[in-house]
Amino acid sequence: MPVQLPIFMDNHSTTPLDPRVLDAMVPYFTQKFGNAASRSHIFGWTAEEAVDYSREIIAKMIGAQSEKEIVFTSGASESDNLALKGVAEFYKDKGNHIITTQIEHKAVLDTCKRLEKEGFEVTYLGVGKDGLVSPDDVKNAMTDKTILVSVMLANNEIGTVQPLEAIGKLTRERGVLLHTDAVQGIGKTPFDVQKMNVDLASLTAHKLYGPKGVGALYVRRSKPRVRIVAQMDGGGHERGMRSGTLNVPGIVGFGKACSILMEEGKAENERIFALRERLRTKLMGALDEVYVNGSMEHRLPGNLNISFNFVEGEAMMMAIKDVAVSSGSACTSASLEPSYVLRALGVGDELAHSSIRFGLGRFNTPEEVDYVADLVIGKVKHLRDMSPLYEMHKEGIDLKSVQWAAH
Amino acid sequence: MAYSEKVIDHAENPRNVGTLDKEDPNVGTGLVGAPACGDVMRLQIRVNEQGVIEDAKFKTFGCGSAIASSSLATEWMKGKRIEEAETIKNSDIVNELNLPPVKIHCSVLAEDAIKSAIADYRKKQADRRAAAK
Repeated sequence: MPVQLPIFMDNHSTTPLDPRVLDAMVPYFTQKFGNAASRSHIFGWTAEEAVDYSREIIAKMIGAQSEKEIVFTSGASESDNLALKGVAEFYKDKGNHIITTQIEHKAVLDTCKRLEKEGFEVTYLGVGKDGLVSPDDVKNAMTDKTILVSVMLANNEIGTVQPLEAIGKLTRERGVLLHTDAVQGIGKTPFDVQKMNVDLASLTAHKLYGPKGVGALYVRRSKPRVRIVAQMDGGGHERGMRSGTLNVPGIVGFGKACSILMEEGKAENERIFALRERLRTKLMGALDEVYVNGSMEHRLPGNLNISFNFVEGEAMMMAIKDVAVSSGSACTSASLEPSYVLRALGVGDELAHSSIRFGLGRFNTPEEVDYVADLVIGKVKHLRDMSPLYEMHKEGIDLKSVQWAAH
Repeated sequence: MAYSEKVIDHAENPRNVGTLDKEDPNVGTGLVGAPACGDVMRLQIRVNEQGVIEDAKFKTFGCGSAIASSSLATEWMKGKRIEEAETIKNSDIVNELNLPPVKIHCSVLAEDAIKSAIADYRKKQADRRAAAK
């Protein structure tokens, strides 16, 4: 079967909506359009019922004890902001220290930076070359002033899955709250708030073949009961934690997306893992000087973050312009700095500039993988023929010994 | 980011990719940039007895705009006298390729590569004359 272009292999950025999710959502735009906060008529009750049904599914999916622990938001950035700022504000008399990692999403890092300006102290833990946080580092960083630890479930660039269960054991022992940005990992790697002692978790629908613009924050209600200060004032929706009329169709879609994953996730992840490995072995079999960034063992099934040495990432993306991927190259960012995640791993800047992130998902096929592998192999060879660095490497020149003029 | 048609054309069909013998006294080589910064350009020229650039070749590690800037530079240099080639400015490259502000450094690097290749050629010629004396 011939492949259809363009091909989407950037499923960490977002995912296409599953048609079954769309089918579930449609009635809530037109006939069942009620405001879930309308307590006095059938339109409101219908909407509220649908929202609560999604709440139950999402709670079940993450192992929450009650659907009341799910607070709907506009997405994971809002959830991260609400969790960190909300906890910081409520517990500030108890302590002013927060621990997180250098490889968190910007929604966590920039929120932490703002909290630092407000007088909080934040420890940014490093990661190993494998992209994993060491639980011992978390343990050693905790002080009597620590109120919150925030470690992502899985990284959005390199797909590494963090040892949350071990970290959760430590935070629970110390009586410190644990937040996780679970956006990339949920449905793709085991996640259970009870087993992992997670107290707050940020979720979003659009990474799970659900709609954009809807997310949730899990807030534990018992053992311990977590309190947060709302960051949005208004009608007191979501038990006072997040005011604003609920996005009912979005929430319905979120629930449907989760129920599909609960049913099909296991088989799907095995299939996506096989596709990822097919891509990886083809690329690594055909090309020299190719490096996978981050742990292969503790990794999301669909993630392949790989550096093609001597080939710049943006040039690579341009060369394969019918395939949507992303790169840690500086040239793809407004800041002209290469990926801070790859830097935190200790990947050299030159290899960071050469990195490409493939994110495989539900709708990718083996035919697409074969097409992309062949295309990438050909283009890497072509770009290396054009690369002075590859020529020097082939001549046996150690590029590190050359005096480069940084610019 | 959307690229201009000219950038895409040069990146997809780069002109004058290749290597000249850097030991040849009539060849000047410029190697500028740094791998850690994400772009390295090597530009080479071969100059004849009349001081005309007979051939120009490049190899570039860098984004599409960097490749296009160096490709264009070789195209412009070929057939020019070195004094003329020396006057190529990065702003000429920016205008020709419609480079956005974030890519201006690519054109700066190309201008550096031109100057560096010419300087290398002149140094070789001066060394040769000195050796002959």
